[in-house]
Amino acid sequence: MSDQGDDLILSELNDAELVEQMMDDLYDGLKDEIEEAVGILLERGWVPYDILTKSLVLGMQIVGDDFRDGILFVPEVLRAAQAMKGGMAILKPLLVETGAPKMGKMVIGTVKGDIHDIGKNLVAMMMEGAGFEIIDLGINNPAEDYINTAINEGCDIIGMSALLTTTMPYMKVVIDQLKEMGKRDDYIVLVGGAPLNEEFGTAIGADAYCDDAAIAVETAKSFMLRKHNQA
Amino acid sequence: MSQDLKPRDITDDSLRDQGLSSVGAGKTLVIACGALAREILAIIDANGLEHLTLTCLPAILHNTPHDIPKAVEDAVNKHKDDYDHILVAYGDCGTGGQLQSVCARLGVEMIDSPHCYAFFDGTTQFLERGEVTSFFLTDFLARQFDAFVWKPLGLDRYPDLRDMYFGNYETLVYLAQTDDPALVQTAKDCAARLGLKFDLRQTGYGELTGFLGKRA
Ligand code: B12
Repeated sequence: MSDQGDDLILSELNDAELVEQMMDDLYDGLKDEIEEAVGILLERGWVPYDILTKSLVLGMQIVGDDFRDGILFVPEVLRAAQAMKGGMAILKPLLVETGAPKMGKMVIGTVKGDIHDIGKNLVAMMMEGAGFEIIDLGINNPAEDYINTAINEGCDIIGMSALLTTTMPYMKVVIDQLKEMGKRDDYIVLVGGAPLNEEFGTAIGADAYCDDAAIAVETAKSFMLRKHNQA
Repeated sequence: MSQDLKPRDITDDSLRDQGLSSVGAGKTLVIACGALAREILAIIDANGLEHLTLTCLPAILHNTPHDIPKAVEDAVNKHKDDYDHILVAYGDCGTGGQLQSVCARLGVEMIDSPHCYAFFDGTTQFLERGEVTSFFLTDFLARQFDAFVWKPLGLDRYPDLRDMYFGNYETLVYLAQTDDPALVQTAKDCAARLGLKFDLRQTGYGELTGFLGKRA
């Protein structure tokens, strides 16, 4: 996407140009450049939350849209995600100090029998970017791991990912176990992964199926809003 | 495509990108994934299943599984008036049950299995083994490793992504349909490239043979 040569000096760009350049660099998966640009904006007095939302998250949304539309493929998405992760690692400790908004808490993981984790990681990162606190259980998780973490950590949302036809039914096992414990209504349950669809989400009793990370963020926000209004 | 086309005349590249127009003169049509073409022709040959005609869709559809149900539906509609029966030689292949719905609606039978790794190995057995940290190759995939695994994952351009993809994997299991030492070596090389241990499992054609024999 970027047409500039290697000799581009990030610190010589004004804020608007730099943010524009960061979106290009994110698209191209240039982690070092992203880390440098985050540093420059911090030096210029930008609030960490603004750097996150106005450059990294926006840039990553473009990547997500182009992935959905078949313009970008898995490796490019993965590289963009790595670059964003680099930037986030710098911002994360600062976000807490500077009182960035807290949207809610989510436990997320790939279900038992499945070790596909690219989509799950992307969702976790974008949720974090939107101000959610994330507990990432990683891959191959039994029901107890989701449920115990949700209870012990006081989560609002349980997020489950599955990429295999053989593992997607396990999501229902987790939801049914929550029901048996009388705890289903304590949590917002979001599910995702390429082979799933909305019909499946409804059939297993999830609150929502989300097609991609951007939709996951929007869905989570609207459910949190409803939860607060009910409380 | 001529009827007496021999497996050796078919290239893996064309099975990947174009599929196969049709081979055979039987009144039962098998609509298959290109990744199964050689295997199905070998089964037809070995079992004298002359009532079968084979046509294949491009194997590369596997990288965009959402496109499989529509492609199969189009193929069924295109051919249904010319044959007595149609068999769909596909597993679910990551369509999340969509292919099953399409086949049920069209009244054609597909393979009741999640994917070819499972039906070559034996579906029940495969699922019981529960090899979560294994990555599987078949004959076709071993030959087409670069086109189906290495390049689509971008490992040709970004080798450092390897551990982000395969960091949680331990073993490459080669599910071998044929007994071909050269291909075993290829599969071993693939394991080394991915940084995985190697395991060879001779499966033959597994449940594919029984499926094709159904309309004898
Ligand atoms: C990349 C990939 C792999 C990588 C995984 C690397 C990793 N660390 O995850 C590797 C190469 C290792 C791999 C391995 C296997 N894979 Co694979 N893999 C894929 C592929 C090509 C892309 C998946 C992906 O990462 N997409 C990119 C991300 C960004 O998208 P996503 O996962 O859909 O996530 C988005 C949304 O779904 C959503 N989302 C996802 N999770 C969640 C969770 C929540 C809570 C929410 C709200 C939203 C959400 O948001 C995400 C971001 O936008 C798919 C095919 C496809 N096109 O989907 C096959 C696929 C899933 N794999 C498949 C198979 C068969 C396998 C193997 C068995 C193959 C083999 N040869 O052994 C093994 C698994 C072995 C095992 N023991 O289980 C099949 C599944 C078939 C089936 N019947 O289920 C597929 C469909 C390919 C195919 N058609 O054959 N795979």
